[in-house]
Amino acid sequence: MTSLPPAQPRQKKLGLVIDLDICVGCHACAVNCKEWNAGGSAGPLTDLMPYGGAPDGVWFNRIHAFETEGEDARTVYFPKSCLHCEDAACVTVCPTGASFKRTEDGIVLVDDELCIGCKLCSWACPYGAREFDTDAGVMRKCTLCVDRIYNETFDPADRVPACVATCPVSARHFGDLGDPQSPVSRLVAERGGYDLLPELGYRPVNKYLPPRSRPKSTCAVEEAASPSTGGKLLQWLDQLLSR
Amino acid sequence: MHPAPSIIIFTVSSGLGYGLLALTGILTAMDQLPDDHWFGTAAVTLALAAVTLGLISSTLHLGHPERAWRALSQWRSSWLSREGVAALAAFVPGGLLWLMFLLDARGETLRAPLCLASAAFALGTVACTAMIYASLKPIRQWHNPLVLPGYLALALMTGALWLAALASLWPGDARLVIAIALAATALAAAVKLGYWAAIERDRGHSSIESATGLGKGGTVRLFEAPHTSENYLLKEMGFRIARKHARRLRRLALGGGFALPVLLLAAAVAWNVIAPLAAILAAVLGTAGALLERWLFFAEATHTVTLYYGGPG
Repeated sequence: MTSLPPAQPRQKKLGLVIDLDICVGCHACAVNCKEWNAGGSAGPLTDLMPYGGAPDGVWFNRIHAFETEGEDARTVYFPKSCLHCEDAACVTVCPTGASFKRTEDGIVLVDDELCIGCKLCSWACPYGAREFDTDAGVMRKCTLCVDRIYNETFDPADRVPACVATCPVSARHFGDLGDPQSPVSRLVAERGGYDLLPELGYRPVNKYLPPRSRPKSTCAVEEAASPSTGGKLLQWLDQLLSR
Repeated sequence: MHPAPSIIIFTVSSGLGYGLLALTGILTAMDQLPDDHWFGTAAVTLALAAVTLGLISSTLHLGHPERAWRALSQWRSSWLSREGVAALAAFVPGGLLWLMFLLDARGETLRAPLCLASAAFALGTVACTAMIYASLKPIRQWHNPLVLPGYLALALMTGALWLAALASLWPGDARLVIAIALAATALAAAVKLGYWAAIERDRGHSSIESATGLGKGGTVRLFEAPHTSENYLLKEMGFRIARKHARRLRRLALGGGFALPVLLLAAAVAWNVIAPLAAILAAVLGTAGALLERWLFFAEATHTVTLYYGGPG
């Protein structure tokens, strides 16, 4: 059923919070995502010519890098995967019912037994979260590791998406963004977490935490006008030598 | 957006068929077509053949064509599903109309309702096709109020051109049908000119800054793409060739596909002897123009995902 589930009070909204302040752009999340999902319930994830001149294949997570200009200029590593939107047009445009949003936790999934491979959902997604598997003829996307997070054979600590489990700097957080008291929701509130492309109104569940603004650098080497520190003797010498 | 030949042929061919079916229905109800049941049979056969060719072509785009029937299930939310349902439903009045012409059945009470039902289902299906594109917010050139009128106008234009070509081959006065084709072509050209002006004006609301949320201090630039070779997203959504030649191709479509048919049809109205030749040539040129226009409709469209790759979004 590709109509979105009706909104419920205290709706569980599982998603990711990605901290752009500390992501180091190591691509470990993307690699572990590929590794887990190539063998998991979403797999296999096609790779075409993996060792050739123009390797191509399905990835659920892609790490972009941007640079910003201005006073606070910097390089920002920017992981991007499905945002499990509340108004997920990728779901409503699906003609077959293959795309759906789960009522119980808001995860957006594709049933590859129903998908006809029309690609319309990938056009409807503004973020590029869906990639077509030319080998299987169906659309693929991030499952939020639905086969990990409820997996009771795992230690509770490991019941998180593969990208979150592997991040070496803890730049990725997983939790219920529908619960305002959850650790991820508090993190979003504290750090001013925001939506990507908010003007399109897809209401993504995943949030991004902005890079912290840095204090003005005190490490720059400058020609000192006069020593402000160093005691009376140095200041007297400075005055003497400045004559 | 990648201009897939299967989708271009699908939208143009089915649009032509539905336009032809709608006009045949409307003009038959008004008794304005040659009073020969073989004319109606030929027109509806051509219309249903073009629709069927288009629908078959559309399944070539699918990863799993054998599952295409599943697309009829989600009409509550999906314009693509609605289009599939409408396309199948249109075969009912269209098929009955075809039978009515073939058997020369002159049941007056059913004739007009059947004609108008065919026209309504035909134009309704074209509207669903247009809404598939017009409902997609990430593509500003498609999420535009002139997309729906554009699809309807081009369907009526190509349908009218072929109806005029057919009528010019029949004995009798074809000037009314030719004049309708001329007007439909001029209308379609006007809508496309308005559309092109609108997409030049509207730069969209999204930017690399709103896509990344990093624009607080100033501008944002792509520093490094996530991968070294093109992936599905860039092949499907990052098509770039057209923008370089867009203006020249627009002029070609406008001149060869719209203006020239208008001149040919005007000549056909003025000089009856050249009417068949001029009308057929106009129909061929107009169809080629519609194919070129549809190619541009895809190739000129930009998708917000390209913002994440430093593109124009």
